[in-house]
Amino acid sequence: MFEFDTLSLHAGARPDPTTGARATPIYQTSSFVFEDSDHAAALFNMERAGHVYSRLSNPTNAVLEERIAALEGGIGAIAVASGQAALHLAIVTLMGAGGHIVASRALYGGSHNLLDYTLPRFGIETTFVDPGDIDAWRAAVRPNTRLFFGETLGNPGNLLIDIEKVADIAHAAHGPKGGGVPLMLDSTLTTPYLIRPFEHGADIVFHSATKFLQGHGVVIGGLLVDSGRFDWLSDHAREKFATLSAPYHGFHNMVFAEESSTAAFLLRCRREGLRDFGACMAPMTAWQILQGMETLPVRMDRHIANTRKVLEFLRAHSFVGAIAHPELPEHRDHELAKKYFPKGAGAVFSFDLKGTRAQGKAFIDNLRLFSHLANVGDAKSLVIHPASTTHSRMSVEALASAGITEGTIRLSIGLEDAKDLIEDLARALKAAEKTK
Amino acid sequence: MKLTVNGRIAFAYTGTREFNAALPTVVFIHGAANDHSVWALQSRYFAWHGWNVVAVDLPGHGQSEGPLCTKIGDYAKWVAAFLDAIALKTAVLVGHSMGSLTALELTAHRPDLVRKLALVGTAVPMAVGDVLLDAARDDEDKARRMIIEWSFAPASQLGNNHAVPGMWLPGNSLALMRRMEKGVLHTDLAACKTYSEGLDAAKAVSVPALVVVGARDMMTTPKGAQGVIATLPDARVETLAEAGHQMLSEAPGAVLDALWKFANAK
Repeated sequence: MFEFDTLSLHAGARPDPTTGARATPIYQTSSFVFEDSDHAAALFNMERAGHVYSRLSNPTNAVLEERIAALEGGIGAIAVASGQAALHLAIVTLMGAGGHIVASRALYGGSHNLLDYTLPRFGIETTFVDPGDIDAWRAAVRPNTRLFFGETLGNPGNLLIDIEKVADIAHAAHGPKGGGVPLMLDSTLTTPYLIRPFEHGADIVFHSATKFLQGHGVVIGGLLVDSGRFDWLSDHAREKFATLSAPYHGFHNMVFAEESSTAAFLLRCRREGLRDFGACMAPMTAWQILQGMETLPVRMDRHIANTRKVLEFLRAHSFVGAIAHPELPEHRDHELAKKYFPKGAGAVFSFDLKGTRAQGKAFIDNLRLFSHLANVGDAKSLVIHPASTTHSRMSVEALASAGITEGTIRLSIGLEDAKDLIEDLARALKAAEKTK
Repeated sequence: MKLTVNGRIAFAYTGTREFNAALPTVVFIHGAANDHSVWALQSRYFAWHGWNVVAVDLPGHGQSEGPLCTKIGDYAKWVAAFLDAIALKTAVLVGHSMGSLTALELTAHRPDLVRKLALVGTAVPMAVGDVLLDAARDDEDKARRMIIEWSFAPASQLGNNHAVPGMWLPGNSLALMRRMEKGVLHTDLAACKTYSEGLDAAKAVSVPALVVVGARDMMTTPKGAQGVIATLPDARVETLAEAGHQMLSEAPGAVLDALWKFANAK
């Protein structure tokens, strides 16, 4: 089987057999012609596989889906409109009203909003736990728990999960005879280059491909990847995951887990979730993400190298307070980072200024290379103030529990020359210090 | 369907259709460390086009309880017992890899149950190298990865399967093997290797046979299939040019078309 860097360039793709085009073609079409009436009926009924309508699948998207699945060590994937769409699709495929999630409290603000404010309106509740508190994960399990969820690098304080321990708890949820629940991780900030969560026991992974996977800040897209490992047909899972193990009247009483022992989750995601909720990815978007993924390994190496240089500078600066990067020995999860992220613990981190809110604003406003915007994982370096933007809907208490203060600044380190980035930061820090 | 065979739970996929005694039946038998789901893109079509489908999980695989069989003859007897349990009179029998040996053995010894025989990805005898067998015993994941290397045609090693959108087929094949209990792969491979009665069984087959060959198959090579092709009294051959041993997923439509044509031929 091919190595990671090779798969980054080639997985899922081959020269176009019709034209010889080396790059993956953009299949900019809504629909696909059936060979005859029998072929049409067979495609609709999953008797034959193939493309019908680009909301359900598209050849360009399929290349992207194969590529991320290959890089993650999974069985397949589904490309969707955004990372949020991937999170939503996974949850609503696994549970309906009455379901319960145990989630890390250190989440991207959008994910937190969905779980804390929106899903309860549809009868799905979430208990948030400190990602590092192993006992809290275990204690939060309820009879109706259907999913464990967290981020590989908890946003924005880079709080880590001991993935193997939390996976064990998830898989033993409901007691030794009670069957387990899957662990899903948002690996947006790490990409499969820095960690392959399936190798540590996670069952499902999703990405906002908008970030490092695409890498240039030009599209919005999400990818949902399945390990194919969770047993939806065990005696106990049958009862808890009826969407996968019981006949589905919306598809000729199909029992997805009997249809595919490994891919039941993805089948239902595609055949129900994409069909009914419709948050599909445009093929042009898929193509742009593919372009980014071709250079993922070399970009991630540079992101990490630049991050380390910036960290070294900030750490020595008198106006900089705590820095939340797990590669630093003072970070609470430094040991976990050494275990799970030997190639580097990401290029997005936050730090506190030793100053007032006004000084924080002055710092951001005096940066020249760092762009002030609501994104991370761009080739260009980015900066934002989480308390007033991405995490603005969280209470002060919730912010604090996620490791955010009103003075927290979040950086996403890009691919510029590190010397220029450091000079930019130094100038802005000086300006902030002078601000009253 | 779930029933009891030899006192243990046995499962077969039916395409979510009720068994109808008035319809013809096709029986699918999977290969080593696999289960019924490898036939997804062949079996469901049959089930929704006028056939009963019985895609078994062999004992100790998928949803069928063990114990595993250690000999191909015992797998054949188990399938026969399954078919007897559902009072099946006769069927088109289709087997892949180890399942093809099981189907061959069953046809030779229970000709009353079989009206046509299809062998997909077969070699008789089925040579299993000691390197693979030892790996299956000592380091299962190493053995699984060797099987992936040899099972997919070179062009499929990097994916780009327009047949199954969104699926990374090498990863899926690996994941299916990993779902099996420890020891299943080694036991199955050893059963294949020690099955020495295949050509005698082929001589005894009196029903029409189809052999589907993947031209790029490195697990059961086209050369390895020639003996059984020559021995079966009434065999036709379908060769899939770009397919390897995983042709059920690499070329699902071509395999289905070959089986459909064969099963429905007068």
